[in-house]
Amino acid sequence: MAAARTLASVWAAKTTAIASRKLRRGGGTAASGLVGLWLNPGLISDLAAQLGQGSIVITGTNGKTTASLLINETARAAGLSPLANASGSNLTRGIASALALAVDVDGGLDEAERRLGVFEVDEATISLALPQLRPRVAVFTNLFRDQLDRYGEVETVAARWREAIAAAPPGLRLVLNADDPAVASLGEGRDGVVYFGVEDKKLHAGAPEHASDALFCSCGARLEYTVAFYGHVGHWRCPDCGRKRPKPSVSARLVQLGDGHQARFQLESHGEKSSLSLGIGGLYNVYNALAAAAAAEALPLPRHALVDALTSTGAAFGRQEAFDVEGRRVELYLGKNPAGLNQVLSTLLLDPSRTVALIVLNDGIADGRDISWVWDADFEVAAGRLQHVVVSGSRAAEMALRLKYAEWDESTLEVEPGVTAALDKALAATPPGGCLTVVPTYTAMLTVREILARRSGRDPFWR
Amino acid sequence: MAERTLRLGHLYPSLMNIYGDRGNILCLQRRCRLRGIDLEVTPLEPGDVLHPDAFDLLFMGGAQDREQRLVSEDLAATKGALREAVEDGVVFLGVCGGYQLSGRFYRGAEGEEMRGAGVFDLYTLHPGPGSKRLIGNLAAEWEGGSLAGFENHGGRTYLGAGAQPFAKVVHGYGNDGVSGYEGARFKNAFGSYVHGPILPKNPAFADKLLSLALERRYGDGTLAPLDDTLEQMAHAAALRAR
Repeated sequence: MAAARTLASVWAAKTTAIASRKLRRGGGTAASGLVGLWLNPGLISDLAAQLGQGSIVITGTNGKTTASLLINETARAAGLSPLANASGSNLTRGIASALALAVDVDGGLDEAERRLGVFEVDEATISLALPQLRPRVAVFTNLFRDQLDRYGEVETVAARWREAIAAAPPGLRLVLNADDPAVASLGEGRDGVVYFGVEDKKLHAGAPEHASDALFCSCGARLEYTVAFYGHVGHWRCPDCGRKRPKPSVSARLVQLGDGHQARFQLESHGEKSSLSLGIGGLYNVYNALAAAAAAEALPLPRHALVDALTSTGAAFGRQEAFDVEGRRVELYLGKNPAGLNQVLSTLLLDPSRTVALIVLNDGIADGRDISWVWDADFEVAAGRLQHVVVSGSRAAEMALRLKYAEWDESTLEVEPGVTAALDKALAATPPGGCLTVVPTYTAMLTVREILARRSGRDPFWR
Repeated sequence: MAERTLRLGHLYPSLMNIYGDRGNILCLQRRCRLRGIDLEVTPLEPGDVLHPDAFDLLFMGGAQDREQRLVSEDLAATKGALREAVEDGVVFLGVCGGYQLSGRFYRGAEGEEMRGAGVFDLYTLHPGPGSKRLIGNLAAEWEGGSLAGFENHGGRTYLGAGAQPFAKVVHGYGNDGVSGYEGARFKNAFGSYVHGPILPKNPAFADKLLSLALERRYGDGTLAPLDDTLEQMAHAAALRAR
């Protein structure tokens, strides 16, 4: 009976996806997964059991989508056939949808022995995903305050992660960011953990910045940092109980961030060292590359495939994605929480030719209804750097106010709540051949991206 | 007019700093600077002893639970003068966790009790694990007009006879979701669940705090008007948000 039920739910999911696309309600991923899971709550485990190479899950506050893309491309370069969920569809419904749409009409998976599931998982969904997918590897990128109205406090998320890992099916291997104390501590008492981190001390930012959320050790003492890279990410140790940053086996040295469009560094992984140039920029993407490298070590996937993927993979959906629109280069930098936005801002500042920006702040459910987080991001670093800034979204005025208090010149700020009108104004303010930088929240990114894709003749839906 | 100076004590900036609360300090600094008032901001971290006459204004923001426990212990150990300062007319603003901890006590979800600073005659009870958090956009009316922002708290706050409510809820939950009141007031001390942060988009309230502090120190709370176009737009958008 289980097979018939699985089949029925697969068909229902496929039909829903087709209908949803026809109705232009988006890529059709969420709805089809919901329908499939409604008919068969065991759909994910039923279908995931067919993945010959098992699966890997990627979670954390920031970097999930990019790290997943890099792992996906590494698997492809290694000759495997990865099966991934669409960007943003990282709840169980998105995973169910990816699986249901990948199998054929009789519920079977082509080339099953070469299939590796690569699933980005929402940080609050990991406790559901682990028992259903039974992944071989789980990657935790970092943990920051994000949508406190939705996820709750950072401590609450960390506690949920610890419980999910403790309850996970045996054989799960962890890939952890050694430089984030809230993530590194998940590996305490476990064997086979692969840690990744940055070894380049010249990237030291001084004291941990304002958007730091894990400044205390689990013993209660305040952590000390010899090097702080961003937020609470750095080389940490506890002066009281002796806990300290684990020595990572996967690391980056000699990091050169350049103009922010690429990053060069010496990668140590699989016991080897070599220099490489990453196709995406910023320190946060160096961390995403390290997460992928550590995942490759844990699975394992060969190093040559990893290096191929890291050097050749471009931007993920809405993350440093570039479009050519009306003779201008438009770059999209998703910014959805203080730590992520700080990394975006410091990366943008590496390129002095940026003069025009569009910043879009929405307060939809997927953005977080609470917009107070924009006050925790360090917009101050970019004061005086831009000549024209259009501010948009459902909470455009609050965003403009934040920039005013960050000492951005008020005469350079233009408030236009309507996103399409704001994009037109920003494009008009960008000289032909110039670059327009767009920094949207999540739902704003979806809207802006759809307009940009249409105007540059691209598929508005992600593959 | 001779240059005027105000001294602001920022309680626990490294611990009580969630929900953009540093925006409140940025706001007070800017509104003072534009009027030629010198605002000196002093961080008061755990271990720093508070003297009752050292400041004209005191601010305490919100935090996560772990930080609130540390703060509760330190309030008793080194900030005992907070109550005395408020009795003496020092201007105080406590937001969210800073509001809860300026009451008499906070009883958490598991029944554990944290002592507060006793600035206000009020206490806060968390109804227990699994109970509904009071989350959402909040609009209220206070003596200076409308108040808008966001609230996110598990505890319900109950005022005693010695504390007045600060504002009346228009939509949202406020102190306990039932009474229809938001925040508390005692002399020149204000407590509120409104974050977002509260002051930048409620400029009339920010000026009320500055005016009270100037009045107390210089006998004249007059403030020059500022261009608040963006502030009023943000205020209006926050009032509309549901």
